[in-house]
Amino acid sequence: MTQQTIPFADLVVIGAGPAGMAAATEAAKAGLSVTLLDEAPAPGGQIYRGIETAGPRRLQILGPDYAEGRSLADSFRASGATYLAGALVWNIGTDRVIDYSHQGVSHQLRAGAIIAATGALERPMPIPGWTLPGVTTVGALQILLKGSGVVAEDAVLVGSGPLLWLLAAQMVDAGCPPRAVVENLPRGRTRAALPHLLRALRARSYLAKGLALMRKVKAAGVPIHRHASGLAVEGADAARALVFAVGGRTQRIETTSIALHQGVVPNQQVTRLMLADHRWDAGQHCFRPVLDAHGQTSVPGLYVAGDGAGIGGARAAALQGRLVALSITGGDPARIVRLRAALARDAAIRPFLEALYAPAPEVLAPADDTIICRCEEVTAGTIRATVDLGAPGPNQVKSMLRTGMGPCQGRVCGLAVAGIIAARKGEDPQVTDYYRIRPPLKPIPLAELAGFAPGIAAE
Amino acid sequence: MTAALHSGRSADLLVVGGGIHGCSAALHAALRGMSVIVLEKDSVGRHASGVNAGGVRRLGRHYAEVPISQHSMQIWYGIADFLDDDCGFQIAPQIKVAETEAELASLAARAADLRAMGFDHEVMLDQAELRRLLPAVADHALGGLAALRDGFAQPYRTTFAFQRKAAALGVRFHEGCPATAVRRDAGWIVTTPQGDFRAPRLLNAAGAWGGRLAGMLGEPAPVEAIAPMMLVTNRLPHFCDAVVGATGRPLSFKQMPNGTVVIGGGRRGRADAASNLSEILFPELRLTAQTAAELFPVMRGAQIIRSWSGVEARMPDDIPVIGASARHEGLFHAFGFSAHGFQMGPGVGEIMAGLIATGGTNAPLAPFSIARFAA
Repeated sequence: MTQQTIPFADLVVIGAGPAGMAAATEAAKAGLSVTLLDEAPAPGGQIYRGIETAGPRRLQILGPDYAEGRSLADSFRASGATYLAGALVWNIGTDRVIDYSHQGVSHQLRAGAIIAATGALERPMPIPGWTLPGVTTVGALQILLKGSGVVAEDAVLVGSGPLLWLLAAQMVDAGCPPRAVVENLPRGRTRAALPHLLRALRARSYLAKGLALMRKVKAAGVPIHRHASGLAVEGADAARALVFAVGGRTQRIETTSIALHQGVVPNQQVTRLMLADHRWDAGQHCFRPVLDAHGQTSVPGLYVAGDGAGIGGARAAALQGRLVALSITGGDPARIVRLRAALARDAAIRPFLEALYAPAPEVLAPADDTIICRCEEVTAGTIRATVDLGAPGPNQVKSMLRTGMGPCQGRVCGLAVAGIIAARKGEDPQVTDYYRIRPPLKPIPLAELAGFAPGIAAE
Repeated sequence: MTAALHSGRSADLLVVGGGIHGCSAALHAALRGMSVIVLEKDSVGRHASGVNAGGVRRLGRHYAEVPISQHSMQIWYGIADFLDDDCGFQIAPQIKVAETEAELASLAARAADLRAMGFDHEVMLDQAELRRLLPAVADHALGGLAALRDGFAQPYRTTFAFQRKAAALGVRFHEGCPATAVRRDAGWIVTTPQGDFRAPRLLNAAGAWGGRLAGMLGEPAPVEAIAPMMLVTNRLPHFCDAVVGATGRPLSFKQMPNGTVVIGGGRRGRADAASNLSEILFPELRLTAQTAAELFPVMRGAQIIRSWSGVEARMPDDIPVIGASARHEGLFHAFGFSAHGFQMGPGVGEIMAGLIATGGTNAPLAPFSIARFAA
């Protein structure tokens, strides 16, 4: 056995979505040694998943915005950055040593700087019955479509947000339209969003696209139920029906396939693990890492680009990735000014979307008997009772009830649990705060840890 | 004392540290009729008391600790009635497995020592008995030493239950309230960001920060902050009812009622008391994972889903500081439990409350005196 030093890269980028690909491309072009680690087998992230292998038919279904990912992936491939596909980052130390698993073996990599480009997660949408087999998320269905061309048959899409309509339209184009779209926005949202419309017109292509998606779904004859409330999935051991009320009238759709969606939120796992400061964003109803003008967190050397910094979408993510890389490499100031202007133009749509698609109040205040933590099957009522007992915050509730201790490590339930605690205590979510995130970020085999000997190589 | 003196920021007893020892001592002092204020710099149970492995273990203790540990165990058996919360406490065997003949001999010698001291709670297991209690143990295990009526509990839940019971009896808790200075002026005056607190008696139960407080009082104690590391697996089919340790290498191992397995024991991460932070060093856990898989082959297919660590106190001789100050009247210490204080919390709290209230105790505290560190 001989001691070896841990491999080093000037910059390690985590995530091969638009932000990660753009950042790695820029930094490698500027001469940095760059390694990009990504869980998936090919570049693209969630938004451009399967972009290198999608044939003409799939590109047609997924649309021109999806096809934009191709040039990003091509540039990234040509950039000279080291790309490790199928690399799962499961821990990062305060010394910026990254523990990751690749092809069944764990390794370490020391980073001069890290860009977390780990994107977004779907907001938890806890409604009665959401844990039953047959219930999935809109994002998961779209991943199936992008990754393997599989379209869910007869699915009922439930919730709200741009992705809901995008998937509905893509399913129409795939010749397999959803059984119904059930939107749970309360009445009055359009009015609430109107003051932001003028600004949104600066990014009018988004508005036009959104309206076109809705028209396409409607024209295909998909039943659309708006302003639904009282959502619940019925079924003993699997989903059998979706029930909801519109205008005081209860409706029931028999179905074994339900996909929920309530918008997306930043994936905080890496930035929380590294103890970066986060701030509650009341507009987006989520936490986002506190960043300086260069995209750097409160932890020196840790940067964030893309939806992980706050939801902005794929185009904004790529712009942010370039900007953060240029900040790190000291890039051309004129180009930075141009990219910032483009980012500002693109972001003009956001206040409108945030007002229109704010999560429904009933999703933020689930009934007492609704399960919130799926891994440990803990209900909203149990969480509230523990707060009433005196547990001061999410970490104490976690210690008492095991919420967030299961395989998902709080990724799924975190915002819902923190929100329920904040509401029960009448606190600003900023004060309530969030789980401490413990490694590994995702499960690793015990046998792999037993062989984890970085810095030591067999002779 | 008059009622007025006890209002607000004055009490009969000030406790610095809201861990299990501070909360337990506060509760027992309240049961003796004292008014008590607990000052906690973070939140109750935030550090060692909330993040330890939860072993309620007499097995394998330093001989000096055995009588106190035995006393504490009696309180554990009645903890649900005492605290109105079962604390997740379950009686279960604690077993140290011997992997070699030499290890087996050392365990037998220990059992004999304890019998000579008058204790019979640790018993030898031959290979057949070991296998009956641990059907999943590896073939090479030769036997072991067991405390059949030890157990485990939920650490944070237990500490929180002590706090709630104490609060119900009138103990006042001030969280986010670090002691920044201590002085003496007809009683103790502890300065905090929330103002000055006063009492004629002061208990230092400040855990990894206890040495700092003792130092402020001119009574140095070399406390090291350590970060024992724990691993948790996915849920596995039920295979183990006991809490298991090894003899020749560090291990603590138990399967929880929900099927997950908690693996720890000995190996340490990075601890920083000043910043409250601890950090897991996974390469250090390689041997822990190997040991677990070697002693329980069923573990080879397990997934690690979580790890945790926390800041704990360690004394150079690995036993705590418990007892009256050697220097000041009205000052008492219970800290530095060296990563095995959880089981002792209920008992040490009772002993300290008695000592503080009456000035004496028949508990054998001499080995734990802070005077052993005097220059």
